[in-house]
Amino acid sequence: MNIIVTIKQVPDPDIPPNHFKVDEAAKRVIAPPGVAPVMNGYDANALEAALRLKEEHGGKVTALSLGTAEARDTLKRSIAMGADEAVLLDDPALLDGDSYTTALALAKAIGKIGAYDLVLCGRQASDTDAGQVALGIGELLGLPTVSPAIGLELANGSLKVNRMIEDGYQVLEVPLPALVAVSSEIAEPRYPPLRGIMAAGRAQIPVWSAADLGLGASDVGAAGRKVAVRRLYVETRETRCELIEGDSPAEAGAALAQRLRDAKLI
Amino acid sequence: MPRSGGVMVVAEAAEGGLAPISAELAAVGRTLADELSQPLSAVLLGSGAAAAVEELARLGPDRVLVADDLGLADYQADAYLAVLAPLVREEGPEILLLGQTPSMRELAPRLAFRLGTGLTTDCTALRIEDGVMVMTKPVFGGSALSELSIPEARPQIATVRARVFQPAPPRQDRQAEVRHLEVKLDAVRTRVLETVREAASSGPRLKDAKVVVSGGRGLGGPENWNYVEQLAETLGAAVGATRAVTDAGWVPSAFQVGLTGVTISPDLYITVGVSGAVQHIAGCSGARNIVAINKDPDANIFKHARFGVVADYKQVVPALTQRIKELRG
Ligand SMILES: Cc1cc2nc3c(=O)[nH]c(=O)nc-3n(C[C@H](O)[C@H](O)[C@H](O)COP(=O)(O)OP(=O)(O)OC[C@H]3O[C@@H](n4cnc5c(N)ncnc54)[C@H](O)[C@@H]3O)c2cc1C
Ligand SMILES: Nc1ncnc2c1ncn2[C@@H]1O[C@H](COP(=O)(O)O)[C@@H](O)[C@H]1O
Repeated sequence: MNIIVTIKQVPDPDIPPNHFKVDEAAKRVIAPPGVAPVMNGYDANALEAALRLKEEHGGKVTALSLGTAEARDTLKRSIAMGADEAVLLDDPALLDGDSYTTALALAKAIGKIGAYDLVLCGRQASDTDAGQVALGIGELLGLPTVSPAIGLELANGSLKVNRMIEDGYQVLEVPLPALVAVSSEIAEPRYPPLRGIMAAGRAQIPVWSAADLGLGASDVGAAGRKVAVRRLYVETRETRCELIEGDSPAEAGAALAQRLRDAKLI
Repeated sequence: MPRSGGVMVVAEAAEGGLAPISAELAAVGRTLADELSQPLSAVLLGSGAAAAVEELARLGPDRVLVADDLGLADYQADAYLAVLAPLVREEGPEILLLGQTPSMRELAPRLAFRLGTGLTTDCTALRIEDGVMVMTKPVFGGSALSELSIPEARPQIATVRARVFQPAPPRQDRQAEVRHLEVKLDAVRTRVLETVREAASSGPRLKDAKVVVSGGRGLGGPENWNYVEQLAETLGAAVGATRAVTDAGWVPSAFQVGLTGVTISPDLYITVGVSGAVQHIAGCSGARNIVAINKDPDANIFKHARFGVVADYKQVVPALTQRIKELRG
């Protein structure tokens, strides 16, 4: 069972709202000082799911990321968690792309890695919140594609995927090779064990360019975008919360009920 | 791709009729179409969905296109794509809108990639500027908003967040022309073995409840979930949860409110031990009145709440529940 996991490095999604700032001219987020970027949460879930499949059925897990040199840290973390290999797509030509160009480059890279049974991705990146790249890769590679998965099981050579629906989930039988994008319920990511951290220290991470993927500079990055960003901004909102008090918390609770009644809400 | 223009929306059927997102799509689709002075068409895929077609034809589109086939009874990405991709190629709309629903959020990206065009998911506002659609989309969990457009590729595709756009009212005086499409399905590669329903079996449904009570990690553990349940029961409210709670398995995923859960817009939304992370707010900012019970006065939820109590929920909630019972007699 050879699995490729796509892993994106993103700004920490837990940056508190009052520290969240954007540079409107550059249309970028300004990370607060000292807050390092992290592995996209759902990608960590995907990697964990991949590692569990490997532990049960054998095979190899390869982590794949498109990003700047900084993303190497996130790939090292993937190896520390247990990935066997990692590949970084890092090339100025690949920068400032959109979902389309990102999926195109990742799909080409997956083709170049070759010999895979399963591609696991996150259901969405916590910076774009797009939920497009994984499905796009599936479409470009012509794979059966499922999102978002909350359970995964390999039995008798076929994959059973629990796909979230509005009021529960459906159990799908999916032929391999396939692409599955996962939600957080699937598996809580492990902390890297010491052995893994040492392996990550030694690991060599190959870097591929657009040309290595057979892509021209006009296919990818800012030049290949289908969608243009016109504006990025933060909406400011005023607070006007009416705090209900009482001599004790219980009295505050009773007073709240009365206030809701006065406001005709109950 | 031929460009006959127009705005096309993809409606969705639900048990016995049309899913509510359809009327929301019809309304925003109509606004954009009028702005461009172009026609609006609505597509419906399903099986034996005559009632839904009838309903859709009264929501203001100029044309309704129906793909009716047993193989389309339930959403399956491969089958739905096999109908929609050639249809959109043939019709050549300028703009294509779908709902950010469990089905269409999986389908829309594949459709856009298959057509080689651009897509913006989960939009909260759409407008026309200089002949193109400008799409507003929350990003970074809702901490920022971006405005995007698709300058060249066609159609311009967007999925819209549920319960953000006002639904189109049904009109008795007007009915669209209905055309039935010839259906040719691709082989469906994935097979549904089983469907498991996990949502609450009693009480109102989370997504359309008028009153919702949600619990967060601040409850401390699943053994305290009854605080939320009793308050909800007293109010006849639906129960919701944060992702911290669903990830921990206290309740199933179907209870999750937020960016990656259900979008709700109740009249009253009471949160207990919920910090108000942007990703949670993304799913409840349409609530008309938010009430926060949280022991941390600096919790972000108070920036969104109309009423708040800063205290331990274990003291507040039983008294609140009791007093509501008394008030309601
Ligand atoms: C891409 C992405 C998508 C996400 N999607 C969602 C989503 O759809 N929905 C969602 O909810 N989250 C989502 N999240 C997670 C979100 O960022 C938060 O982590 C989550 O909402 C926190 O849940 P919480 O408020 O229950 O927990 P916490 O943030 O831990 O807050 C618990 C609160 O309880 C209070 N508290 C503790 N004890 C008491 C007490 N005794 N009495 C009263 N108050 C008390 C604390 O003061 C605190 O404010 C997403 C995150 C990412 C990165
Ligand atoms: N630059 C990237 N590098 C690696 N994987 C990515 C990248 N961008 C997106 N992905 C994958 O695609 C998923 C969906 O991303 P998005 O469409 O941006 O929400 C993510 O969870 C990742 O698994």
